[in-house]
Amino acid sequence: MQDSITVSTDPSVRYLLRLGDTCLVHAQRLGEWCGHAPIIEEDIALTNMALDLIGQARGILTRAGQLGGQQFDEDQLAFLREERDYLNPTLVELPRGDFAITTVRNLMVAVLLELLWTRLQASTDAEVAAVAGKAVKEARYHHRHAADWLVRLGDGTAESRRRIEAALHRLWPYSRELFQSDAIDDAASASGLGPRWAELRDPWLAVMRDALGAAGLEMPAETAFLSFGRMGIHSEHMGHMLAEMQYLQRSYPGGAW
Amino acid sequence: MTTAAASEARVASAWSVLDGVPDPEVPVLSVRDLGMVRSIELASDGGLDVVLTPTYSGCPATEVIGRSVIEALDVAGLGPVRVILRRAPAWTTDWISDEGRRKLREYGIAPPVHSSDDVVPIRFFRDAASTRPSCPHCGSFDTEQISAFGSTACKALWRCRACGEPFDYFKPI
Repeated sequence: MQDSITVSTDPSVRYLLRLGDTCLVHAQRLGEWCGHAPIIEEDIALTNMALDLIGQARGILTRAGQLGGQQFDEDQLAFLREERDYLNPTLVELPRGDFAITTVRNLMVAVLLELLWTRLQASTDAEVAAVAGKAVKEARYHHRHAADWLVRLGDGTAESRRRIEAALHRLWPYSRELFQSDAIDDAASASGLGPRWAELRDPWLAVMRDALGAAGLEMPAETAFLSFGRMGIHSEHMGHMLAEMQYLQRSYPGGAW
Repeated sequence: MTTAAASEARVASAWSVLDGVPDPEVPVLSVRDLGMVRSIELASDGGLDVVLTPTYSGCPATEVIGRSVIEALDVAGLGPVRVILRRAPAWTTDWISDEGRRKLREYGIAPPVHSSDDVVPIRFFRDAASTRPSCPHCGSFDTEQISAFGSTACKALWRCRACGEPFDYFKPI
C-alpha cells in the first residue's frame, strides 16, 4: 500500500488546492453517473463535463505541486493525500443524489468556477492564468447546460418541480461556505494569485437569482448552517468517496494506463 | 545551401509533415488544420521546438498528439524534436483553418459557425436561429440540438429537420 503524502501549508499552495480539489472532487461525483444517467445524451454530457474538470484539476494541481517546492506531481496530489488535506468545499463531495441534486449542484459550481476563472485570467501566476483562459470557456458551457436543465425541471412536471425544489433546499446551505474569507484568501488577494472567493458572492447570487427566476424557483433564504470543507473539515461522505477514488493508486502504486 | 537556408528548409519540411499528422479523435483533420501547431523553431542545440496548444483542458488526445508529432518528424529525418505545450493564449475554434472547416463538412461534421469571441449572453432558450449550424448532409439551416455534448469533448449532437439525419457539430469555444 502506498504511503500518504503531507502537503505544504504555504497559503498559495492551499489556495490552489481549494480550486483544484473543487474541480477534482466535482469531477469524481459527475463521473459516477457514467452508465447511470436518465438518458444517454446526459450520460455523455455529465462525463464530458467531468473530463473538462479533471483537465482543469490537472493544470492547477500540477502548479500547486510546483509552488509547494516538494516535487509532488498531479497524481500524487490527487490520490495520495489524507482526507483533511483536501480543501474542496463540502458542496462538491456530497453524494450525487438524484438528477435534480446533480443539476442544482452543477449550476452552483459552474457559476462559481466561471466567476473564479474569469478573475484568475489576470492572476500574477502565468501558469494559473493560462489554465484559467481555457477553463473559463468550459465553465461557461457547463453553466449554460446546467441552467437549461434547471429551467426544464423547474418548469416541467409536478414531480420534476418537487424534486428540483427539494434539491435546491438541500444544497443551498452549503453555498455559505464558498464565500467565507480567511488568511489563505487574504494572502492570494495580496499577492495577486487570485481573488478572495468572498468577492464573488454578489455576482454569484445575481446569476443564480436570474437562473432560478427563469425556472420559476425562489432563491432560498440564507441559513445559519456553515460547512468547512475548504478548511479540510469534511462531511462523512468524503472518506467513502476518497476510498473509491484512491483505491487503485494506493493498491498499485504508480499504476498507469 | 547555407546554414540559414538549410534551417529554413527543415522548418518548412516540418510544417508539411505535420499536415499528415491527424487528430486521433477527428482523423479527417490534421493537427495543423486544427490550429494546434503554434510555431516550429530551430533551437540553439539543433533540435526542433514544436509548440502545441491543447484544445480542451481534459482532452485525452493531447498526449497522443504530442507523441505522433515527434514520431512523424523523426521518421521524416527532421529530428531531434521537442514538443512544448503552451496553454496561453487559449485555443479557440477560430483557429481551425478554412481548409479544416471544408474537410469537417465533407466528413459530415458541421464546423463551428460563429466566432467564439462573440459571447452570447446565457439565456435559457438554446434554439436561437442565429447560432444554428447548417446540416453537413443537405445544407439546410433547419437544424436542432439533441445534446450539448457529443462523442468527444469538442462536439455536440444535432439533427437536421429537413433531411432527418443526425450529425456532429464542432462546438464553438
